[in-house]
Amino acid sequence: VTGEKKKKKIKSIKVDVDKCNGCRACETACSAFHSTPKYSSNNPARSRIRVIHEPLKDIYVPVFAGEYTPSECAGRDKYVIDGKEYDECAFCRASCPSRDLFKEPDSGLPIKCDMCEAVPPLEEPMCVKWCLADALIFEEREEELEEEDKREEMEIGLEALAKEHGLEKIIDAVARMSEKS
Amino acid sequence: MRYAETGYNLEIDLSRGNIERVESDPGLTELYLGGLGTNAKIIWDRVPPEVEPFSPDNLLIFSAGLLCGTPALGCNRTIVSTISPQTDLMAFSMMGGFWAPELKFAGYDKVILQGKSPNLVYLWIKDDKVEIRDASHLKGKGATETSELIRQELNEPKAQVASIGIAGENRVYFASIEQGRSSASRLGIGAVMGDKGVKAIAVRGTKDINIAQPAKFMELCEEVMEYIKFRNDNPIPGVMPILQGLGSPQEMAIHDEKWHTENFMWGNSRVRRKDFWNEEVSKKWMETMDKMRMRLISCYNCPMKCGATISPPGHPTYMMKCFSKLTYTMAAMSDLDFGLKIAQRATEYGVDGFSTPQVMAFALELYENGILTDDDMKGMPSDNEGKFYWLLDRIVQREGIGDVLANGTYWAAKKIGKGAEEYAHNNIKKHEQLPLKLSMLNPVYFLMYCTGEKINITQIEGQFPQAPYPEREHREAFVKDWFQVPDEKFKQYFLDWEPRGENSNPYYPTVQMSCDIVDWQEKMHYIDDALGMCAGLSSFPLKPPYHIHNYPKFIATGAGIEMDEDKLTQAAKRYRTLVRAINIRRGMRRKDEKPPENHWKKRFPELEKKLLDEYYKFKGWNNDGIPTQESLHELDLDYVSEDFQQRGILTNNDAPRANETSAAREKNEGGGSEL
Repeated sequence: VTGEKKKKKIKSIKVDVDKCNGCRACETACSAFHSTPKYSSNNPARSRIRVIHEPLKDIYVPVFAGEYTPSECAGRDKYVIDGKEYDECAFCRASCPSRDLFKEPDSGLPIKCDMCEAVPPLEEPMCVKWCLADALIFEEREEELEEEDKREEMEIGLEALAKEHGLEKIIDAVARMSEKS
Repeated sequence: MRYAETGYNLEIDLSRGNIERVESDPGLTELYLGGLGTNAKIIWDRVPPEVEPFSPDNLLIFSAGLLCGTPALGCNRTIVSTISPQTDLMAFSMMGGFWAPELKFAGYDKVILQGKSPNLVYLWIKDDKVEIRDASHLKGKGATETSELIRQELNEPKAQVASIGIAGENRVYFASIEQGRSSASRLGIGAVMGDKGVKAIAVRGTKDINIAQPAKFMELCEEVMEYIKFRNDNPIPGVMPILQGLGSPQEMAIHDEKWHTENFMWGNSRVRRKDFWNEEVSKKWMETMDKMRMRLISCYNCPMKCGATISPPGHPTYMMKCFSKLTYTMAAMSDLDFGLKIAQRATEYGVDGFSTPQVMAFALELYENGILTDDDMKGMPSDNEGKFYWLLDRIVQREGIGDVLANGTYWAAKKIGKGAEEYAHNNIKKHEQLPLKLSMLNPVYFLMYCTGEKINITQIEGQFPQAPYPEREHREAFVKDWFQVPDEKFKQYFLDWEPRGENSNPYYPTVQMSCDIVDWQEKMHYIDDALGMCAGLSSFPLKPPYHIHNYPKFIATGAGIEMDEDKLTQAAKRYRTLVRAINIRRGMRRKDEKPPENHWKKRFPELEKKLLDEYYKFKGWNNDGIPTQESLHELDLDYVSEDFQQRGILTNNDAPRANETSAAREKNEGGGSEL
């Protein structure tokens, strides 16, 4: 099967932890931008980027919020870089039950970086603009994606499920699901 | 809704263990702005002059500035106000860092401490939950250590903690309040905290700070950001490296210490070493710095990197900024390696990096001259650096001679007697000054030294170049983009200022010009201290991003208070005068307003008298430095003149009567109403 090739914009923030000066301007700018109306209030606890810092260990890691995850990791990892031992969740971007990071302080609802989507679009996300230390660098690139890739992925998944549960069961389940919808 | 400020203060009575959340009066914000301004009002209202620094009735106020917690870059200062044990006058030391914005996010503008706790406690403020907690397990712990322990036991890594070390606990008159990379050091406010039995205040906040006109305010912030970038790319030519850029002097970043080491005095502010800085020293010090400095760091929402994480081999890591880099080194006539190591211990003990080295050098001078004897110094090691460590330990523990020295050079000299007073030679209003001894009187600096009520030259100077440029064309280039001046006349003052000849120190800038210049310099510091802005982005450096022309807009769009340059100038003058009124009520007079006698070799008594006479008039003070009834009235401070009259500080002969009509008052204005 040949799928149509599609172009997709990938936006990312390159984080240079060596350049971070720990000022948390990124948090300030983010929370101001995402308040309603825009810039009407300021509160780092609502920011979608946080600087995880342990000054006496010389650890500064700006982390911007990723996906919500409903459960904690089963196992954790620890990184030691340049002799500095980082907290086991230091590089993780998830809004997760194991920590209070990336949740609205009043409602507890998860928050996620949206790269400051706006109309008209900003040249770069607010945190990047406000980081004069250049610890945050905005990068944008185009990637070509083929539609069939996705189908293949699904097929691999289905095959795995069929192996485990039998094809019959899968067909039944799909039928039930389509009835419901 | 309140904008920029939260509208609430925390009132904590430590004697009774009572905590209240009290709404503040928005009318007072309009008159006194916030930070230092409203602190001064509270101290005037609630701390009468009979109250001694270590009385339970003394207040210790931790205040965020009006704009702290907004996106205004560099606005992060905590203004701590109390009565100083060292000077017996109002102290308003400040610290940068992260504490003030966190307090705002917790929902408070100020924490007002009164009374005394019977046991050592710490305060834990988390949004609406405020606790007084036992701190007996933290007794004797270092300031940084304490902050770490509190964060751990609360399991609150994001809490910001201001704490004292053992020096504060033992009421050392120059004890500081430490907060990671920042400290409120001057005038012994850490001793007052220790006296109140408070080891630390930890705070964590998750609430919003509101902005009155969001889009406009953000635009102003981004203008400031752009100008900071411009200034970082365009250092000012013709001045020493530490004064070329923004921020506090970039001591952590810059290796070239020729200027400080050759122009500032070593030892007990005694020895000038004119050829000290050579290639060998430069290389050695650079190695030391590169070996120990882990990273340049900033305060909340500020792109400047004025601090550094320092990790001396074999010593715990700590954070440092600015000139404490050199104060220990120079007092001990030692090198940078020693200076950075002893500063670690001093930071944990929580002592002021300006006064402490001088007190120790003073003690050793007394010893060398037989005024302090072997009896006093029993157990002191024989090596020079060992002596400093030994003295530091005795002072913070208040052991033996340390108990006397812990009160600072002024009080220690009085106690020791035997001519020791002559060695306490670098004080203003009983407070140790930067170790500078110069040749020719500088009229602008003379006035700043005399009348500065922060009693620290760096907290009043700035904006106007410290020295003239030799070439007129360089001066012309300097004034070209100098838009920060409040008035065009300042450009002319600078253009005509020559290093030699008729238009040079001490008679130029003229008396009138000196009044103008000092008033501008001081005004900007007072505005910063009310807004919580770091002097490093405003009042201290040349050509700063914040100035009298954009500040009113920041206040108007941020706090929603109608503001223009005149109104802001008037507000700053109001609480500046109130600070003076508090000190006048505590006995400060003209006789106290003088630089150290040996600050300049060439003195001009007649000129100095004229400078002070005219400056007092200019400020609306009588010839003894007391604000006149007339000027108090203009500043809506009639309650001050009533108090002055009741106490006999002002009599009806000094000033027009209270019930005089405004027409009559106007008539008086021309001639002035001074004594």
